[in-house]
Amino acid sequence: MNTRARVLEALSEVHDPELDEPITSLGFVTSCEVSSGGDVEILLRLPTPQCAPNFAYLMAADARNAVRRLPDVGRIEVRLEDHYTGEEINAAVARGEGFTRAFPGETDDDHLGALRELFQRKALVARQARLCEALLADGVTPELVTARRVADLPDDADARRCLELRSQLGIGCDPDSPAFVAPNGEPVAAHELTLWLRKARLVRTSLDVNGSICRSLLQIRSRRGAELEEVGT
Amino acid sequence: MYSHNGDNFFVVDGHLHFWDASPANWVSGQEQYAKGWIECFHAYMGLGPEETHWPIEKFQKYSEDDFVKDVFEDGHVDVGIFQSTYLKEWYTDGFNTLEKNAELVEKYPDRLIANGRWDPREGEAGLKQLEDDAKRYNLQGVKLYTAEWYQGSRGWSLKDPESQRFLEKCQELGIKNIHVHKGPTIWPLDKDAFDVSDVDYVATNFPELNFIVEHVGLPRIEDFCFMATQEPNVYAGLAVVIGGLMHARPRFFAKVMGELLFWVGEDKMLWASDYAIWEPRWQVEGFVDWTSPEDVEYSDYPRLTTEGKRKILGLNAAKLYGIDVPEEFQVPDEAGTSAAREDAQLVDSA
Repeated sequence: MNTRARVLEALSEVHDPELDEPITSLGFVTSCEVSSGGDVEILLRLPTPQCAPNFAYLMAADARNAVRRLPDVGRIEVRLEDHYTGEEINAAVARGEGFTRAFPGETDDDHLGALRELFQRKALVARQARLCEALLADGVTPELVTARRVADLPDDADARRCLELRSQLGIGCDPDSPAFVAPNGEPVAAHELTLWLRKARLVRTSLDVNGSICRSLLQIRSRRGAELEEVGT
Repeated sequence: MYSHNGDNFFVVDGHLHFWDASPANWVSGQEQYAKGWIECFHAYMGLGPEETHWPIEKFQKYSEDDFVKDVFEDGHVDVGIFQSTYLKEWYTDGFNTLEKNAELVEKYPDRLIANGRWDPREGEAGLKQLEDDAKRYNLQGVKLYTAEWYQGSRGWSLKDPESQRFLEKCQELGIKNIHVHKGPTIWPLDKDAFDVSDVDYVATNFPELNFIVEHVGLPRIEDFCFMATQEPNVYAGLAVVIGGLMHARPRFFAKVMGELLFWVGEDKMLWASDYAIWEPRWQVEGFVDWTSPEDVEYSDYPRLTTEGKRKILGLNAAKLYGIDVPEEFQVPDEAGTSAAREDAQLVDSA
């Protein structure tokens, strides 16, 4: 695998914290160049210039950190294109600084930890809903669903992501831990399953809808960008 | 009024605009924000049917004739409610101010209502202005924009102590409909800018006021829904839900509608076109025609009947604004299904 392929692979591990989807599959990575000396230049474009600066910062900083972990990589530049606060965010990310240094005096949450954690919990809930629904659709009873352990989870993308999120949130992931947990990590009881699932589905719908709007807006943005370029030439 | 298959709908558009975002109105030095703002809105227009898309020049500034044709003549709207949006940091004469909206109201007094606004950061002068506006324009409602920039501040919260004074003033002045923009925004920086917990707080403290959450907290519908189940005076403003999803993402639209019908209920949902982001016509006609898919994925959601559509398209808003609706458009009181009522907090702020 060449360096560029490894960089892209590393970027595919970077999630939009709000949508819980990789920035690569969302189409946010518009360019990824690696020079012969191993210097990396990554351009990110979000669906609108007004996408929230906090999430924009997290994605840019996460992208840089993911690439920095790779061996044989030189200078790394991650740049947000056409974003309201792109200049501030790009400068802070380039200096390896936190969010507060990008916007001095406007925020004191340097790593946006609480915001990130809130969305990790939402993402976990939404992913679990999908796994749980699949079981119920197969005719597994609520009692058996809530008795499932981590070791019983399928080897698929949703389950893997659930475990990743649990580990980031400090929720136990050993094989004997409950497979389905409330956002605070507590196991879900069989009699709570229906309401738990109702709420979880709503969270999932919200994330899905959000993602679909982002995709649509990004498509419109790219299309209009191309039209404008055509006019320009 | 819209008639379809023998059913008549009285249509109240709960959220529309008559804006001027043309370059002549851009504040010097802030052009990139003024331009970016309207271009972002224009991108949203792209989520509607292609034949309803406008070129950016028209979108920046459309005429009164366009408005009358799109809203009243073609759009089936009986009464439209202006949600004034100032954004004076970016737009010299404001984006669509109460004064400008009121000029149209004067011409079409039976068809338009203009809501005012306030901003707690303006202090005493703001309270005085609100009083003057309420008297002059007979305000029944305000649109609040917690993410608006103001002298270096990039947002505020309904929980701020100053906000309480303004809400008290609203109560005193008989302004009972508080529309709060909770949708795509930029600031405040370090928080989740779509956080609806401040609405939760004031809805409890001001039970006589109605809080209409515009754009249903998108993209945080879940937080909005869980909050709305607990607050009887919180309503769902559907601007963006129908315009942004019904055409572009019909399956997601069906899910969002299903969730709103379940958690919030058809008695507390208000349609709005968000004109000129989207024209009302395709939304009204499409919504009246709409049925939820039959798949098992949607089977848990309450069904929406013609009565429910009547409420959402106009009757609910008419109630909040005291608009007289002829008998032929009414629905029996007991029609429809009510929403979930339970302690639904799922994901606490971590």
